[in-house]
Amino acid sequence: MKSRIPVVLLACGSFNPITNMHLRLFEVARDHLHQTGMYQVIGGIISPVNDNYKKKDLAAAHHRVAMVQLALQMSDWIRVDTWECEQAQWMETVKVLRHHHHQLLRSLSPEEGPDQGTAVSPAPAAAPELKFLCGADVLKTFQTPNLWKDEHIQEIVEKFGLVCVGRAGHDPKAYIMGSPILRRYQHNIHLVREPVQNEISATYIRSALGQGQSVKYLLPDAVIAYIKNHNLYSRDSPQKGNGTRNSGAETGQGGPATAPLSSP
Amino acid sequence: MEDPGKTEVVLLACGSFNPVTNMHLRLFELARDYMNGTGKYRVVKGIISPVGDAYKKKGLISAHHRVIMAELATKNSSWVEVDSWESLQKEWTETEKVLRHHQEKLEAGGCDRQQDSPVLERPGRKRKWAEQRSEVSQKKSLEPRTKGVPEVKLLCGADILESFGVPNLWKSEDIAKIVGVYGLVCVTRVGNDAQKFIYESDVLWKHRANIHLVNEWITNDISSTKIRRALRRGQSIRYLVPDLVGEYIEKHSLYSSESEERNVGVVLAPLQRNTADTNSNPTV
Repeated sequence: MKSRIPVVLLACGSFNPITNMHLRLFEVARDHLHQTGMYQVIGGIISPVNDNYKKKDLAAAHHRVAMVQLALQMSDWIRVDTWECEQAQWMETVKVLRHHHHQLLRSLSPEEGPDQGTAVSPAPAAAPELKFLCGADVLKTFQTPNLWKDEHIQEIVEKFGLVCVGRAGHDPKAYIMGSPILRRYQHNIHLVREPVQNEISATYIRSALGQGQSVKYLLPDAVIAYIKNHNLYSRDSPQKGNGTRNSGAETGQGGPATAPLSSP
Repeated sequence: MEDPGKTEVVLLACGSFNPVTNMHLRLFELARDYMNGTGKYRVVKGIISPVGDAYKKKGLISAHHRVIMAELATKNSSWVEVDSWESLQKEWTETEKVLRHHQEKLEAGGCDRQQDSPVLERPGRKRKWAEQRSEVSQKKSLEPRTKGVPEVKLLCGADILESFGVPNLWKSEDIAKIVGVYGLVCVTRVGNDAQKFIYESDVLWKHRANIHLVNEWITNDISSTKIRRALRRGQSIRYLVPDLVGEYIEKHSLYSSESEERNVGVVLAPLQRNTADTNSNPTV
């Protein structure tokens, strides 16, 4: 029986806020990798971007992390990691990958002196791999001038590997063919088809919330409750939003007022 | 009753719900926001009415399970509920009759507050009650409704609207009643042909004021067919249906290649009935 390569999937992004579509990326990527027969997905990591990314309307990292935690309450294989957003400054995705790859190797290797006693132990399992999980829109940004360094793109696809989930209006094959680096390492890029198109952009969520419209069933109930309780993304939210509830949005969310924030 | 200027509305969604998905649930949210946003209506309730087994659609699993899944899906909704009246009928029931049933129920229940919510508990009793009801107020339904009683409107996606054009699927007098007496709230994708479809149909055009088109700004392609396909292939349906529904499906192994073979080769009940009636072609 051939042993499958253990894989951990890492998704980076704003998660402002996390939506069901982000969560779907993980599910379809895992199904796809399993169906290749080559991989065993052993975990998923969501790494919200640092506040210093300075993206417009970016809610504070502690809120974004708390929302991801709430969204993952029911998942037994995906977790949130705060290392990236706890850094003093924004950092390139490749550095986040390096960090988690290092952590992964360390967590799976036997304590102290990996060379000792390996001769008698069973055949070493395949080395675990960390792969960068993204939507096809991210693949497209590889072409945006000055957004990514070429050597970083190369390291991502050469050393780690990419799992890219298709989205409506994107042609990931063309993005690969249009880039010499991506084309060279295309064996390390897994294109996954999402069988169910469900375009929930966080931008749409924020604008719907600003207009007092329902976003129920687009993101987990517990996240919606958190957004309401902390008055995030309402029209007047930045600081002064105390007490001003969105009028008319009386949707009774069943979620708890304050949920435990400890990750499993 | 709080705002006398606004018409209270109950949104009724009919369909297989095989199984219910987040897309079905979104229809309700979008429709309520839209209707309330007009300033003329106030949506007070949403009802999911799963079709009965006699509908004979391919792959349709037992109504018992479909009703329970819809109940699990609406557990955390403060305003959408499930009604099993339609699913408990022995024969397939036209949507127009389901609308009438719920309108009459509202008219009757306005004063005495009939509380029969956990519908699964006493199906026999409920059915009898419903039969009596429909005899009593047969004629009332075409008259203007009494003030204060909410109006039941049919909530649907663009697919249902367009199915009005499928020969023998709908009786033309039923379509006329649905849009004329009750009204339609139809959630459509941006750039969809719903407008054109209404324009090209005389009866829909005549009642266009009673047809509310709600734009859906983000692509939501979750269909029950795709959910069942993913399940047959062992793929995850997580985040496409509510967690409780996913767990229920798994626990009872509801969808498989075998379940998909149900009713294969059987003619859909409405087609059977309407063709037998040789009811001429109900072209809209």
